[in-house]
Amino acid sequence: MKQFERTEGLVAPLDRANVDTDLIIPKQFLKSIKRTGFGVNLFDELRYLDEGQPGQDCSQRPLNPDFVLNQPRYQGASILLARRNFGCGSSREHAPWALEDFGFRVVIAPSFADIFYNNAFKNGLLLITLPEETVDRLFREVEASEGYRLDVYLENQRVITPSGEILEFEVDAFRKQCLLEGLDDIGITLKDEDAIRDFEAKHRQERPWLFRDTAQA
Amino acid sequence: MAGQTLYDKLWSQHLVKERDDGTALIYIDRQLLHEVTSPQAFEGLRLAGRRPWRIDANLATPDHNVPTTLKERAEGNAGIADPVSLIQVQTLDDNCNEFGIEEFRINDPRQGIVHVVGPEQGATLPGMTVVCGDSHTATHGAFAALAHGIGTSEVEHVLATQCLLAQKMKNMQVRVEGQLGTGVTAKDIVLAVIGRIGTAGGTGYAIEFAGSAIRDLSMEGRMTVCNMAIEAGARVGLIAVDDTTIDYLRERHYAPRGEQWDAAVADWCNLVSDLDAQFDKVVTLDAAEIEPQVSWGTSPEMVTGIGGEVPDPAEAPDETVQRGYTRALEYMGLAPKQKITDIRLDKVFIGSCTNSRIEDLREAAKVARGKKVADSIKLAMVVPGSGLVKRQAEAEGLDKVFLEAGFEWREPGCSMCLAMNADKLGAGEHCASTSNRNFEGRQGYGGRTHLVSPAMAAAAAIAGHFVDVRNVDVRQPDAPSAAQEA
Ligand code: SF4
Repeated sequence: MKQFERTEGLVAPLDRANVDTDLIIPKQFLKSIKRTGFGVNLFDELRYLDEGQPGQDCSQRPLNPDFVLNQPRYQGASILLARRNFGCGSSREHAPWALEDFGFRVVIAPSFADIFYNNAFKNGLLLITLPEETVDRLFREVEASEGYRLDVYLENQRVITPSGEILEFEVDAFRKQCLLEGLDDIGITLKDEDAIRDFEAKHRQERPWLFRDTAQA
Repeated sequence: MAGQTLYDKLWSQHLVKERDDGTALIYIDRQLLHEVTSPQAFEGLRLAGRRPWRIDANLATPDHNVPTTLKERAEGNAGIADPVSLIQVQTLDDNCNEFGIEEFRINDPRQGIVHVVGPEQGATLPGMTVVCGDSHTATHGAFAALAHGIGTSEVEHVLATQCLLAQKMKNMQVRVEGQLGTGVTAKDIVLAVIGRIGTAGGTGYAIEFAGSAIRDLSMEGRMTVCNMAIEAGARVGLIAVDDTTIDYLRERHYAPRGEQWDAAVADWCNLVSDLDAQFDKVVTLDAAEIEPQVSWGTSPEMVTGIGGEVPDPAEAPDETVQRGYTRALEYMGLAPKQKITDIRLDKVFIGSCTNSRIEDLREAAKVARGKKVADSIKLAMVVPGSGLVKRQAEAEGLDKVFLEAGFEWREPGCSMCLAMNADKLGAGEHCASTSNRNFEGRQGYGGRTHLVSPAMAAAAAIAGHFVDVRNVDVRQPDAPSAAQEA
């Protein structure tokens, strides 16, 4: 997994609640069997004026000038500011893959959907939950000043605004450690191989019908 | 000590290890696989030189990309016209072959939508932990199984370790008491719940659905309710075990037999929340007050009763909601205060893991019997959830009811629920759909989805616009078919 310690970057505001994973990456792009290359189709239906097809050369497609990520002032953004319940809907991991591939390292919102939250951290994308009022204020600040950047430190769980204000955020210890060290969580789990085997043996004894080789069929 | 909830019991029965930081490893009994979210997981295993931990815990079937027309299906994988879809389905076949995982392939009669297939085969049992790389895995909670939708990295993690890294959720109980009105179904219950608590209302919770209206539902209805727990933000939906659960499972292919069946049933009877269990949140609905529901917007919480109207953004409770409403009305091409019954439809889709089981098809057929789809409807389609549902429906003559009324009768798959195959809406088309998501573009670029029950979808197909199914004449079959309940 990609490591994350600090990101200092331009902030793009996506002013819309309940952004679902279908919006983040529409289904036609889920046909890929790879984990990369989804960035050009991030927010495809908002970003382009035509219907996107997998494998198409997106540089020729008409852009929607009203969409925030197409505006010149937000080019190169690596921090996405979003509204409540970001990432709701399907479990497609293609959503964080697309955000990452596009260049985002951080998403800040008042709340995130559960599955998306898990998926993001497994791909080195840091999700920061801040109170609704704070997010509201950040939206106003971003819109008011072009070139608005934030500095995000994972180690001490802080976001620093251009005025030097410090916003603290919560993140659970395990996810934080995995992200800081770029750890592979399968490798970590397999360190508990013996505990899993012991559990499995006991579980099989108590409920043999859950295992096809000990189930009476 | 206070009693345990059903969720607490399932959690502690599968807890392998709890870490100091609050995360835990829970053991997974069953993983269901489909073609869209598994290729990168198998690839990850191969790259790391790992093998699946327990082959027999896995069961696979392609569903999202498969064509639903008879002609294409007759050709098997070769009938998949889109080369990218074809690669995905073939990749699933190849991976299952390579690792020895049981798969119901495209033309196996047991193939179907993974959430229809699991329970139908008895591959989902009470007391199990079930995962699938699909958010609607919540469906399986109808059997008092702890079922999580997971992402692709987690699919790989479960393949490699038979465990999921999880954090314990909070407990919510949604109680639906009393009797549903005639023509009001499980779908209306769950849409009403989402309308009440919102699409983030269940975030961080496992929702247990309880109350007399839930107990009165068949297993099919319970699956419909749990299926959409995720639309309320909850990764997990649950319903306690009772006789309905046990009767459904008897003799299913993977269900235990003989003495093991008796032992299993005795064990399953404990899969209920203790009377003194504490929930972090309780929501109560009166079943008698639930009307047939129709969604008008682009989020499942944007829903109202058939007697209602589209809201006026000017009356929204806050600015974010107002912007959401305005944007949704624009996308949906609807006016503030427009009556729901005035929404005209172009297409009708009866199917998806929410509503493609035999009972759903019976409900829709009851309404469609002896009537005709309105001329203004360009396409009305019925897509059974699995090959076995299709066979059963045909044995009951439901296919004829639909065909005579002017519906298309298709082969099983996800179909127009998310339009990864050829079945989709055109831009601007309104569709009455029995699926679970009305997100922008979900059923096709620019398509406008209205979520409803199968009976409401059938009634809308006949009328050409939404109507209250409670006022529609329903004709019973002339003579009960001998094949019924076969
Ligand atoms: S029917 Fe729809 S919601 Fe269900 S698994 Fe298929 S695509 Fe997902």
